[in-house]
Amino acid sequence: MKKTFSYKMNIFLFLLPALLLFIGVLIAPIFLSAYYGFMNKKGAGGAETWIGFANYTEIFTSTSLGFGKALGNSLLLALFSVGIQLPLALVLALKLGKGVRGERGFLSVYFMPVLISTVVIGQLWLKIYNPDYGILNQFLRSIGLGDWLNQKIGVWGTRAAWLSKTNPLALAACFVPILWQYVGYHMLLMYAGVKSVPKDLLEAAQLDGCTEGQVNRFIIIPYIKPILKVSVIFAVTGSLKSFDLIYVLMGQDKNPCDVPSTLMIRMLFSAKRYGMGSAIAVMLILLCFAFALLINIVFKDKEVR
Amino acid sequence: MTTLLMNRNAKIKASTGEKRPVTVGSVLTYIGLLFWAFVSIFPVYWMLTFSLKNNAEIYGENVIGLPRYWLFSNYENAMRVGNISRYFVNSTLVAGSTIIIVLIAAFMATYAMTRLVWKGRKMMNKFFMLGLTIPIHASVVPIYIILARLQWLDTYGAIIIPYSAFSLSMGILICNGFMSDIPYDLDEAAFLDGCGVWGIFFRVITPLMMPAVATVGIYTFLQCWNELMFANVFIKSPEIRTLPVGIQALCGQYTTEWGPIGAALSIATIPTLLVYVFLSKRIQDSFIAGAVKG
Repeated sequence: MKKTFSYKMNIFLFLLPALLLFIGVLIAPIFLSAYYGFMNKKGAGGAETWIGFANYTEIFTSTSLGFGKALGNSLLLALFSVGIQLPLALVLALKLGKGVRGERGFLSVYFMPVLISTVVIGQLWLKIYNPDYGILNQFLRSIGLGDWLNQKIGVWGTRAAWLSKTNPLALAACFVPILWQYVGYHMLLMYAGVKSVPKDLLEAAQLDGCTEGQVNRFIIIPYIKPILKVSVIFAVTGSLKSFDLIYVLMGQDKNPCDVPSTLMIRMLFSAKRYGMGSAIAVMLILLCFAFALLINIVFKDKEVR
Repeated sequence: MTTLLMNRNAKIKASTGEKRPVTVGSVLTYIGLLFWAFVSIFPVYWMLTFSLKNNAEIYGENVIGLPRYWLFSNYENAMRVGNISRYFVNSTLVAGSTIIIVLIAAFMATYAMTRLVWKGRKMMNKFFMLGLTIPIHASVVPIYIILARLQWLDTYGAIIIPYSAFSLSMGILICNGFMSDIPYDLDEAAFLDGCGVWGIFFRVITPLMMPAVATVGIYTFLQCWNELMFANVFIKSPEIRTLPVGIQALCGQYTTEWGPIGAALSIATIPTLLVYVFLSKRIQDSFIAGAVKG
């Protein structure tokens, strides 16, 4: 019997479809990306010439490419994500996790935006930000801020547009839907963590006269630290990789809200510079990896203390 | 002593949430929770209502109320003029094929890694789990170049295959959980009855894996139904566009007709919402599992 279950040919055949997909689409392209990153390659069938680190030097030095600005934007998003989105998610998770009426209902509603297509969300927020008929401007006018909006027309362009390229608040306007959409995701992870805290631990603390704040601070938050770490990693790497909503809200052309991924796609589409596109992809992966490592170290430090 | 005990019982009751006194704090908490629920749901509510309104209502007469006249013709317009029905069929086709491929590949690989005996199966599992952390950004450029060389751009396969690969790790993760729970005695019994490994796979394991089909299916569906980057880069011709790309194009073309656009957005969202209403717990669980492992 043993023999039948460890017959090499069968094992190989069972693994074959998964391996083909996995190596062909996930593993090999990583190496290809690294390879193309050292190439000057124009167009899919175009000639390849080895140019060493030239793409990377251009990424770091060229101002016309705008990688520095794009990276800055995504790091700012990461900062907002960790500073606003995660605390909000944590507060919601702590409240829900301790049991309130309608707990499941709240949970499901909070998580719902995560499942909606980012294109749909982007188009919806485009409508919300619409200068004439968007509910944001209609709301501002209805509470008497119409004059303020009118003043901004000269600076921001037509009828005070939130997403215009000259509006310094455009970046913030892009961040709002991104942060809004994923609060529920982080909340769900943290909620699962809060639920996993042993009940007797909480009861003991309560018998000792701990207030709710103390229970949160000294028992639940330390207990769910591994999950908080995962959330922070996701928030930071997710911000670095952000693409969909910025692309939908700001369009394909060069704009002040660019992030590395939109640059990468532009290298493919408009510039046909595949080598440079690959180099940006490699930078992104390395950055995500480095930040994940860094966050791991920071959290480990705290555990020792 | 009795008072002390009663006190203790009261405290335990309070902590387990059987009965809670109404305090200012709890009311404020509730208001806060309701406020965020409102913020989460409002854009969707707004989308569903303006998809049924005419421009006069949307533009000022009735911005946030329920529609006065329910204009289902908006949906008809989106379907017919906006080509949304075509995109809907494409998205369904792509999602369906992806789910089938992921299920087959994941079932087979998981079978090899949980039921067959060989050195290195743990390593192989870890190898597949790497996929949970690889971002799709890493492969857009190379896959695009490969597809262009093979003249495969602009086909359904150009997105089905990458989607399958990127959903595979999660599929294997979920299948692993389910398949390890199937008692190994069954394999042995089937073997004694004369089944080979393939017989056991098809006749014993696969029929018992139906709960995994649902979970893997939902997760994969959500991944490819909403995906934009691949679909946007690999597909150019309107006949093959999926919903996210199609909606992008539609919204770029018709900027003033908000009703039909709202209808198009709703058509793309309603299937997801329906799945979510019926299977919210399972969907949430699969997201938690993916995050904890990844």
